[in-house]
Amino acid sequence: MKPSSLVQLAGPCALVALVGGVGSFTSIATAIYFETAIVSVAIVVALYVFVGNSGVLSFGQISFVAVGAYVAGIMTVPVGTKVGELPTAFPLLRDHSVGNATSFVLATAIGAVYALVAGVVLMRLSGLAAGIATLAVLEITNNVLTEWTRIGPGAGTLSSITETTGLLQASVGAIVVIAIAFAYQHTRYGRQLRATREDPAAAQAVGISVHRQRLWAFTLSGALSGFAGALYVHQIGTLTANQLYLEQTLLSLAMLVVGGAASLWGAVLGALAISGLDSFLGQAESGINVGFHLDLPTGTRLVAVGAIMAATLVLRPSGLTGGREFSLRWVVTLWRRRQVA
Amino acid sequence: MTLGAVDAQNLVDALGQGAIYALMAVGIGLVFGVLRLVNFAYGQLVMGGAFAIAYASRAGWPTWAAILSCFGVVLGLSLAMELAVFRPLRTQSPAVMLVATFAVSFLLQSVALLVVLEVQGQLGVPAAAVAQLQQAVTIGGVDVRKVTIVSLVVAAVALGALALLLGRTTIGLQMRAAATDFTTARLLGVSANRVISIAVLLSGLIAAAVAVLLTARQPYVQNDFALLDTIVVLVGVVVGGIDRLWTATLGGFLIGFASGVINGALPTDKSAYLPTVLFSLVIVVLVIRPAGLFSRTGSSSVERV
Repeated sequence: MKPSSLVQLAGPCALVALVGGVGSFTSIATAIYFETAIVSVAIVVALYVFVGNSGVLSFGQISFVAVGAYVAGIMTVPVGTKVGELPTAFPLLRDHSVGNATSFVLATAIGAVYALVAGVVLMRLSGLAAGIATLAVLEITNNVLTEWTRIGPGAGTLSSITETTGLLQASVGAIVVIAIAFAYQHTRYGRQLRATREDPAAAQAVGISVHRQRLWAFTLSGALSGFAGALYVHQIGTLTANQLYLEQTLLSLAMLVVGGAASLWGAVLGALAISGLDSFLGQAESGINVGFHLDLPTGTRLVAVGAIMAATLVLRPSGLTGGREFSLRWVVTLWRRRQVA
Repeated sequence: MTLGAVDAQNLVDALGQGAIYALMAVGIGLVFGVLRLVNFAYGQLVMGGAFAIAYASRAGWPTWAAILSCFGVVLGLSLAMELAVFRPLRTQSPAVMLVATFAVSFLLQSVALLVVLEVQGQLGVPAAAVAQLQQAVTIGGVDVRKVTIVSLVVAAVALGALALLLGRTTIGLQMRAAATDFTTARLLGVSANRVISIAVLLSGLIAAAVAVLLTARQPYVQNDFALLDTIVVLVGVVVGGIDRLWTATLGGFLIGFASGVINGALPTDKSAYLPTVLFSLVIVVLVIRPAGLFSRTGSSSVERV
C-alpha cells in the first residue's frame, strides 16, 4: 500500500485519538460529551461502510446498532440483578452473563447475522427502493424491541448496565472500526462496490455483481454497527428501544451527510462536528452559562440538526470534505489559506 | 393463540384505511414521477394541515373555514418546500433528495413541537372541527363510520379526476412525458418548472384532503402526526412498484387495506405487533417480487440508466 493511502487512515485515527486525549484532561462531566462524540464516530463509520461506499441510502443501520446494544447490554448485566430487572426474559438471556470483551464479540456477530438476513432480501431491490425498504427493518426492530419482554425490558428501561466505555475504550473501539472500514474500501470488494456507486451500468458491464457487493457491504456494516452498539450501550449505561430509532437515524445520517458521505474522513469529521453541536444544544435546552445564560426551548436541537443537514445538502451536497479522503496536502492548503487570510 | 374475527366490519374499516393510504401514495408518486424525488416529508405536509384544523377548531371557526385553512396551510407548505428544497436539489441523485426530505421532515416536526410546546404548554392539540365524521351509520348490520365513506368517496373522486387530468389534458400529457423521460420532454418544449410546480400543487391538494380525513380518524394532533402513516405508505409504494403511478397507488391501497385486516385478525393481546406482522409481510412479498408486486419484468436488480 502506498504511503499516501496510509495517511488517509492515519488522519482520521489521529483525530479520534486527539479528541480522546483532550477529553481525558477535562472534568468527568465534560468527558461524557467527548465519549459520546467518539461513539458517534463508530456508529457513523459503520453506516458509511454501506451508504458511503454503495451510494444507496439505508435507514436500517440503526436497527443493527440497536440489536448490538441490546445483546451487549443485557448479557453484561450480572445474573443476580437480571432476575429482578428482566423476570420474563428467556432463560438463555436471564441466567447467563458474559464479560465486557465477549459482549463486543456477541454484538458484532448478531449485527452481522441480522444484516445478512435482511440484506439477502433487500439488496435485490434497486438502489432507491432498497433504501426505502430498509425502513421496514427499522420498524420491525423497534416494534419487537418495544413489545417483546422475553428478549429485553420491552417498553421499559434496562439500567444497571456496566459502563465500561470510557475515553480509552471508545477511542480504541472507534479506531478499530475506522481501520476495518479503511481496509475494506481498499480491498477488491470495496473497490468493486465503489465502482457500482459511480456507474452501475458500467460496473455491471465489467462483470461486477451489484447485488453481491452491496450485500457484502451491508453485512460488514451490520457487524460494525453491532460493535458500535456495544460501545454505545456501555457508555450510556441504560437501554430503551426508542433511543435507537428514528431520531438516532436522523442524527447519524446528518453526521454522514454533513461530513461528506463519499469518504471515511467525511464520516469521522461529520460525526465529531454534529455530535459536538448536538451535545451543546442539548445542554442549552436545559439552560447553560456561556458568558451569558443560554436557555433554548425544547426541540431546538433537532431543528438545528435538521436545518444544517438540509442546508448542507442544498448548498454543498458533497459535504464538508467534498467526499475527499484525508491528505497532508489538504492540511497544508488549509493552513496556507489561513495564513493569507 | 386464537385469531380475532375478520368480519364485514373489519373489511369496511380496512377499505377506509386503504383509500387514505392510496391517496398518500398518489401524492408521493406524482412528485416522484416528474422529479425522481421520494418525499419523506409528505407526512409533515399532512401534519401541517392537521394543526391548521386543530387550531381553527380551538378558535371556534366553522368546519368549512377549518378545512379551508387546512388546504391553505398545506398548499403554502408544499410550495415553500418546492422552492427551498426540491428546486435546488433537482439535479441531485434520488438518494440525496430522499435524505434531504428526511431532514426536512424532522425539521418540520421539531418546529411543530417547538411552537406547540410554546403556545400550548403540552404536546398536542385536539381537533374538534371534523370530529362529527367519527359518527357511525348502520348499513346492512355493519357500523360504518362516516369518515370511511368520505375517504372512499374522496379517493374515488380524486383518483378519477387525476386520471382525467393526466389522460385528457395537455398538461397531463406533459406530466406523463416528463415522468417517462424528463430530458426529452424538455427538448420538445415542456416547461420543467411548470410541470413540476403543478405536480407539487396536486400532491399538496391531496395531502390537504388526507389531512382532513386523518384528523377525523385521530382527532388529537401531535408533531408525529402522519409520520408512521408516511413510512407505511412509502414502503407500500415500493411494494407496488415505484416506477409507475398506478402501481405505486395500488401498493399504497394494499398496504393500508392489509394493515386494517391484520389489525382485525390479530388477537387483542398481540395487536401491538401490527407493524412487525405488516412489515414482515412486506419482506415476504419483496422476496418473491423484488421489483414490485405489479412490475412487468419481475426482476430488475439495477436502476434504469
